[in-house]
Amino acid sequence: MENAIQVTGLVARYGDREILKDISFFIPRGMTTVILGGSGCGKSTLLKHLIGLLKPTQGQIKINGKNIAALNENELNEVRKKMGILFQGAALLNSMTIADNVALPMREHTRLEETTIQIMVRMKLDLVGLSGFEEFYPSQLSGGMKKRAGLARAIALDPELLFFDEPSAGLDPITAAGLDELILKLRNVFKMTIIVVTHELPSVFTIADYVIMLDAGEIIFSGTLDELRASVHPRIKMFLERQPEQETYSPEDYFRIIAGE
Amino acid sequence: MPSTAENILNSAVRKARSISRDIHDASKIINDIFFWSFISPLKGKPLRFRASINEMVKAGYNSVPIVAVISFFIGIILAFQAAYQLKRVGALIYVANLVGVSITRELGPIITAIIVSGRSGSAFAAEIGSMKAAEEVDALISMGINPVRFIVVPKLIALMVMVPALTIFSDFIGILGGFVLSVTILEIHPVNYFLQTVNALLVKDVMTGLIKAWAFGIVITTVGAYQGFKVTGGAEEVGRRTTAAVVASIFLVIVFDLFFTTMFYYFT
Ligand SMILES: Nc1ncnc2c1ncn2[C@@H]1O[C@H](COP(=O)(O)OP(=O)(O)O)[C@@H](O)[C@H]1O
Ligand SMILES: [Mg+2]
Repeated sequence: MENAIQVTGLVARYGDREILKDISFFIPRGMTTVILGGSGCGKSTLLKHLIGLLKPTQGQIKINGKNIAALNENELNEVRKKMGILFQGAALLNSMTIADNVALPMREHTRLEETTIQIMVRMKLDLVGLSGFEEFYPSQLSGGMKKRAGLARAIALDPELLFFDEPSAGLDPITAAGLDELILKLRNVFKMTIIVVTHELPSVFTIADYVIMLDAGEIIFSGTLDELRASVHPRIKMFLERQPEQETYSPEDYFRIIAGE
Repeated sequence: MPSTAENILNSAVRKARSISRDIHDASKIINDIFFWSFISPLKGKPLRFRASINEMVKAGYNSVPIVAVISFFIGIILAFQAAYQLKRVGALIYVANLVGVSITRELGPIITAIIVSGRSGSAFAAEIGSMKAAEEVDALISMGINPVRFIVVPKLIALMVMVPALTIFSDFIGILGGFVLSVTILEIHPVNYFLQTVNALLVKDVMTGLIKAWAFGIVITTVGAYQGFKVTGGAEEVGRRTTAAVVASIFLVIVFDLFFTTMFYYFT
């Protein structure tokens, strides 16, 4: 198994609070890896480190063998051109139409003719099932459609690596299943390496080839779906069997969890 | 229980840390704005002209009515106040000088800047703040697009053009206000008033006003962007930052005005 991403000894802090506590793992190429964990355990924080939005307090993040923690902004931008990201709330630019949103990475990073860009935008939107919505603004779309549009933008430059932050959060089960299907299609047809951060079990069992489980800033599991099902780790069993947990948070932590995500 | 002295010391340390972080953030944003506005275009990274035009319409063209009305009223008020004093010494015609010079040198630029602070400074902070809260700024960075270049530079170009342009307009309307009052209520002959104004105004007066206006445009954009990018939480923080942006930009506009006025007093 060849690795697309190799993380070693990653420590992440917000101020004095340690969110990721010295974690190491790898993400295999050409597969869908799901990073699983409860709310507030640091999934988004980890994702932001993987895409170079946050610099690690300590540790290495190697993408295609290059430690992105040590790159400067220009070098990082080169790496980012090979990445696509679908953010939790889609993060479409509200001042632009859907077509302009999808065209944005192409206009910024390629010298394609405007007509070519138009055609490619239509292809991407067609792929995510949004043909005909080119001239709509993000505020005119439903949550599921926004995510699809965000996905179209994420794959605009045919990235090698595609990241999803909670793709099915806030969506009804049917829409969420549709998005899972798209994720499967992208892996099967385009051979992309896909990294999905989520806490939704049903979609894990649909899309995952490889699972990494995060709990309170530490990795408690990494392996295949079968290994996950067979695990006897108490926290994993609790998660899989949806058992409630005893409140173990300190009041400040609890406040942060209910205040943030 | 920590002692009171310890408490005070702790909070002082925390305060100092937060101030030094603010200064660091502010200098970083100023640095970025100048790099992406003036240096990187020289290296062949094009500016976003269409977006700049859009911003000019929003910040400039749409402020024309309010600038017109306020400048006209201020012109009238100024003429009244001048007449109140000048009438006693029988030098009513000098209303034209006072209105012309104080509008072009001072009131035109400052009225315009305050209106633009209220309209555009707050809008910039709100727009950037909600983009930050909705992860749109993160999305831009992750697409390899610098958010300062993408969001702030078009606004800066717009205000560097539009604040001086609105100031010229405000000067004109303000003087017109003074003129209307003078030829009606003060019964000064229109031709006399006109000639007096033309004689009183120097190119220098108008130019110093425009230099100020240009600087105010930079101040307003920078403050709005700074407050917007400071947002880390949700909607209620956007509201707070928006208010802070207006207050801070009006304050800084006045500070810069004081600075420029002092400079012009000694060096022109
Ligand atoms: N910008 C930030 N500043 C301070 N604390 C943060 C910030 N972002 C997230 N946190 C905190 O870090 C923890 C992990 O957050 P996050 O990575 O968003 O969790 P998840 O995505 O797993 O729900 C949470 O307790 C959250 O309150
Ligand atoms: Mg999250």
